Amino acid sequence: MENHLLSIVTFLPVFGAVIIALIPKEKLDIIRWGAAAITGLQLILAIWILYIFDFSSSEVQLQEHFAWIPAFNIEYFMGIDGLSAPMILLTALLSFLAVFTSWNIEKAQKGYFALFLLLDAGMMGVFSSLDFFLFYIFWEVMLLPMYFLIGIWGGPQREYAAIKFFLYTLFGSVLLLLGMLALYFISEPHTFNMLILAEHSSQFGNALLLGMNAGKVIFILLFIGFAIKVPIFPFHTWLPLAHVEAPTAISVILAGVLLKMGTYGFLRISFPVLKDATLWFALPLAILGLINIIYGAMAALAQRDLKKMVAYSSVSHMGFVLLGMAALTPAGINGAVFQMFNHGTISAMLFMLVGVVYDRAHHRDIEGFGGIAKVVPIYAGVTAMAFFAGLGLPGFSGFISEALCFIGAFPVFTWITIFATIGIVLNAAYFLWAYQRIFMGELNSKYENLEEINNRELFALIPLAIITFFLGVYPTPMLNLMSSTLNSLVEAVKTAGMVAGL
Amino acid sequence: MNLNQIMTDLSYFIPEMILTGILLLVILFDLFQKTDSSIRSGYLALGGLVLVTLALIGQDVSTSVGIFSNMLAVDPFSNFLKILVSIGTMLVMWMSFNSNELKNRRVGEYYVLLLVLVLGMYFLVSATHLLSIYIALEMVSIMSYLLSGYLKEQVRSNEASVKYVVFGAFSSGILLYGFSLLYGLTGSADIFEIQAALSAGSVSPALMMVILIMILVGFGYKIAAVPFHFWTPDVYEGAPAPITAFLSVAPKAAGFAIIIRFFNVALSSAGNPNMEAWTALSNMNWQAVMGILAILSMTVGNVIALQQSNIKRMLAYSSIAHAGYMLLGVVVADQTGIAAVLYYAAVYMLMNLGAFFVAIHIKNEFDTEEIEDYKALGYRAPVLGVIMAIFMFSLTGLPPTGGFVAKFYIFRALIEYGDMYFWLAIIGLINGVISLYYYMRVVKAMYFGKIELPDTVHQAPLNVTILLGVLALPLLFAWMLGDPLSTLAQNAVQFFIQ
Repeated sequence: MENHLLSIVTFLPVFGAVIIALIPKEKLDIIRWGAAAITGLQLILAIWILYIFDFSSSEVQLQEHFAWIPAFNIEYFMGIDGLSAPMILLTALLSFLAVFTSWNIEKAQKGYFALFLLLDAGMMGVFSSLDFFLFYIFWEVMLLPMYFLIGIWGGPQREYAAIKFFLYTLFGSVLLLLGMLALYFISEPHTFNMLILAEHSSQFGNALLLGMNAGKVIFILLFIGFAIKVPIFPFHTWLPLAHVEAPTAISVILAGVLLKMGTYGFLRISFPVLKDATLWFALPLAILGLINIIYGAMAALAQRDLKKMVAYSSVSHMGFVLLGMAALTPAGINGAVFQMFNHGTISAMLFMLVGVVYDRAHHRDIEGFGGIAKVVPIYAGVTAMAFFAGLGLPGFSGFISEALCFIGAFPVFTWITIFATIGIVLNAAYFLWAYQRIFMGELNSKYENLEEINNRELFALIPLAIITFFLGVYPTPMLNLMSSTLNSLVEAVKTAGMVAGL
Repeated sequence: MNLNQIMTDLSYFIPEMILTGILLLVILFDLFQKTDSSIRSGYLALGGLVLVTLALIGQDVSTSVGIFSNMLAVDPFSNFLKILVSIGTMLVMWMSFNSNELKNRRVGEYYVLLLVLVLGMYFLVSATHLLSIYIALEMVSIMSYLLSGYLKEQVRSNEASVKYVVFGAFSSGILLYGFSLLYGLTGSADIFEIQAALSAGSVSPALMMVILIMILVGFGYKIAAVPFHFWTPDVYEGAPAPITAFLSVAPKAAGFAIIIRFFNVALSSAGNPNMEAWTALSNMNWQAVMGILAILSMTVGNVIALQQSNIKRMLAYSSIAHAGYMLLGVVVADQTGIAAVLYYAAVYMLMNLGAFFVAIHIKNEFDTEEIEDYKALGYRAPVLGVIMAIFMFSLTGLPPTGGFVAKFYIFRALIEYGDMYFWLAIIGLINGVISLYYYMRVVKAMYFGKIELPDTVHQAPLNVTILLGVLALPLLFAWMLGDPLSTLAQNAVQFFIQ
C-alpha cells in the first residue's frame, strides 16, 4: 500500500465525491460528515506520508511509475520530495478544516461538497505529480470545480468573478501548455518526466525557439502561466475579486493552497529544468517580488472591505516568497517555501475569521464596526493572534519565514531587500489599523448583541493557530523536511550557472 | 478495362453495394407505410446502416488499391472516415426518432436522403479523380439542400435551403472552373497524373495559385471555413435540428478528407506510399494559404460566436472555429498532423452531436433555443445539465475531456514541426481561451444566477439518456484508458498512391 499512498491520497476525494453524489440531498448531515470523514482520512494519510518520509534525503520518495500513454512517452509518475511534502500536508489540512468552514452553506450542499472534493483531488494531484503532462491535467482539472464553487455559492458579483478567474487562469494555462510542448520536443529523447527534463537542463539553453534562446522563451511562457496563479503584479487583478466573491471556505483554499501552486510551479519546473534562464530572470523576479510586497501592502491599506484587505495582504505576502526564491541562496529558498506554508495557514485563519464576522453582521466594512471586542472577546482574541501572525510578529511562524527570505536575499539583492522591509511596516500598519477600527473604541450600538464565535468555528481555527505558534517557536521540523531538497536545488542551479559562465 | 477487372474492383466495393441495396429496400418498404408508421422506414435504414458499418469494419484494407480506373481509392484513410461518418449518421438517425420537428409527417424520404448522403460521403472520402470528386461533392451537397429544407411549410427551413443552394451552386461553379483549368493545364483529371505533371513544373506558379484558390473555395465551403462560411448560421438555424447536427459533423469530416487527400496527393511530393511527411510542390505553397484560412476561421468563428444568443447559431459559429483548429492540423501535413485531424474529427463528432442533441431535447421539452432560457436547467434536469456541461467543457478543450486531448494532438503536431508553426499554435490556443467565454455562458445559464429549486425534476426519456451517455462517456474516459482512438487515427494515415 505504501507504494500507492500518493495515488490514494489524490484519488480518495474523487471517490468521496462520487459517494456524496449518490447520497440523497435531504440527508444533509450525512453529506457534511461524509465530506469531513473523507478529508479527515486524507489528512491522516498525509500525516502518515510525512511519518514515513525520509527527511535527510533529497531524493524523490514514494514514487509511482508506469507508462500511461506510451506513444507520447507520457507517464503516470507520482512522487514527493521536500518541496512537495509541506504542500501536501497543507492541502490536506486546509481541505479538512475548510469542510467545517463550509458547514453553513445554504443551498445545493450536495453539489458543493462533491465539487469541493474534486477541487481537493486536483490540488493534491498537482503537488504529487512529477510528469509534466499529468501535472498539467491536474492543474486544469482544478479550474472547473473552482469556477462552479465561486459562481454558484459566491457573493453578489460571483458570476463575473468566476468567469474572470476562469479566463485569466486558462490564459495562463495555455501558455503553460505551449511551454510544456516546447520542452517536450526539445528534450531528447522526448519526455514529460520532470526529473529527466531537469537532468537535461542544458539542452534548453542551447536550443533555439522563435529565433531566440529556447530556455528563455520557455521560461517566459511558464512564468506567465505561473505568475497568474501566484499572482504576480500585473497579473493579479482576478485575485481580489475572486477572493471577495468566493464563499469563505473557498477563499481559504484559494489563498491557502491555490496561490502556492504558482510558486510551487516555479520551484518544481522552471528552476530545475531551465537553470540558465532562472539565473537570467532572477533579478526581474526579485523586482517583481518587491513590487508585490509594496503594492499589495499599499492596496491593503486602502481597503474598507476586510476581506479585500486580507486578499491584498496575500499579494504582499507572496512577494516575500518571490524575493526569497529569486535570491537562489539556501536561506532564501528555504524561507520562500516555509513562507508558502505559513502563508497557507495564516491566510486561511484570516479568511475564516472574516467569514465568522460576515456570517453575523452580513457586511465586512472595516469602518462599520467599532468596539466589538467588548461583546465578542474570544473572537477578538483569536483575531488579534491571527493579525499578529499576519504582520510577522516574532513568535509566529510568519516571522521566521519572512526573516529567512530577507536573510537569503540581502547579500544578493541588497537594495531590493532594504526597500522590501518597508513592506513589513506597511503590513503592520494595515493589520493594526484595521484591528483598531473594528475591535477598539466606542462600541457600535448595532452590535451590542453580536454572537460570539462558536465551537465549530473555533475547531477550524485552533489547529491553525497552534501550528502557526509552534512553527514560530520551533521551526526546525519543517525546515528539516524541506532543506535537503531545496539546498540541492540551489546547488544545481548555481552549478549550471557556473558552467555557463553566468 | 475488362470484365475481370471490374469484378475484382467490385469486390472492394461491397459496403457501398450493400448500402445501395438497403437504400432501394427502404424506398420500397416506405411505399407500404402510412404517415404515422413511416418511422419504421427509419428503423430499417438504421439497421441497414449498422450492417454496412460492420461490413466496413470487416473490410480488409491492408493493401490500398485504386478501383474503377483510379476513380476511387480503397485505403485505410477512406475506411476510417467511412466508418466515422456512418457512426455519425447512425447517431443522428437515433436522435431523429426523438425529434418533435419530425413528428406527424412522412419521414421515409428523410431517412432515404440521409442514406444517399452517406453514400455520397463514402465516394467523397475515397475519390481520386476530379470527376469523382465533383460528383461526390454534388451528391453530398444536393442531399444536404433537400434535407435542410425538409420542414417545407416553415419559412426558416425554406430560407435555409435556398441560401444553401445559392451559395453551394456558386462555390461548386468556382470549384469546377478550377478543376477545368487544372485539367486543361495538366491534361489529366486523375490526381496522380496531375501530381506527376505538376511536379514536372509545367504550370506557372501564379496561375497555379489562382487554381488553388478556386479549389479551396469549393472545399472550404463544404467545411465552412472563413471566408466561405456565410451560409452556415442561417442554414444551421433553419434546418431541422438533427440535420443541423449532422451537417456540422459528417459532411464536414468528409470535406476534410477530400482536402487532405487532394492537397497531399495531388499538390505534394512524397517519397513512398507510407510516408512520414509530405512537402508541398515547389511554388505551390498551399500550406501558407491554408494557415491563413485556419487563423481566419478560428478567430472569426469565435468572435462572432461570442455575440450569439441562440444556441444553434452559437454552435454554428463555433463549428466554424473548430474547422479552423482542424485546418491547423492539415497545414502540418505529416503523419502526426493528419492523425491529429482525424482524431479531432472523431472527438468533435461526439461532442458537437452531443451538444446539439441536448439542444434538440430541450427544444422538444421546453420549446426554446435561447441560451438565456436554459436558466437553472442544471437543477430542473440534473442529468441533462451535467452532460451538457461535459460537452461544453469538451468543446472548449478543457481536461479531462476528449476535446482537450484532440486539441493537444493538433498543437503537438504544430510545435513538433518546428518554429515555423509556433505562432499558429499560439493563435490557436488563445482562440481556445476566447471560446471559453461563450461555452461557459451556457454553463452559467444552467447553473448560476438565482436558484429556485423546482418541484419536479425533469427526467429525459431513457433512450435519449442512453444516447447522450454513449456520446459523453467516451469523451471523459476513452483517452485515459490507453486512447484506442489515437491508434486508429494513426493507422488510418495511409493513402493509396499510384
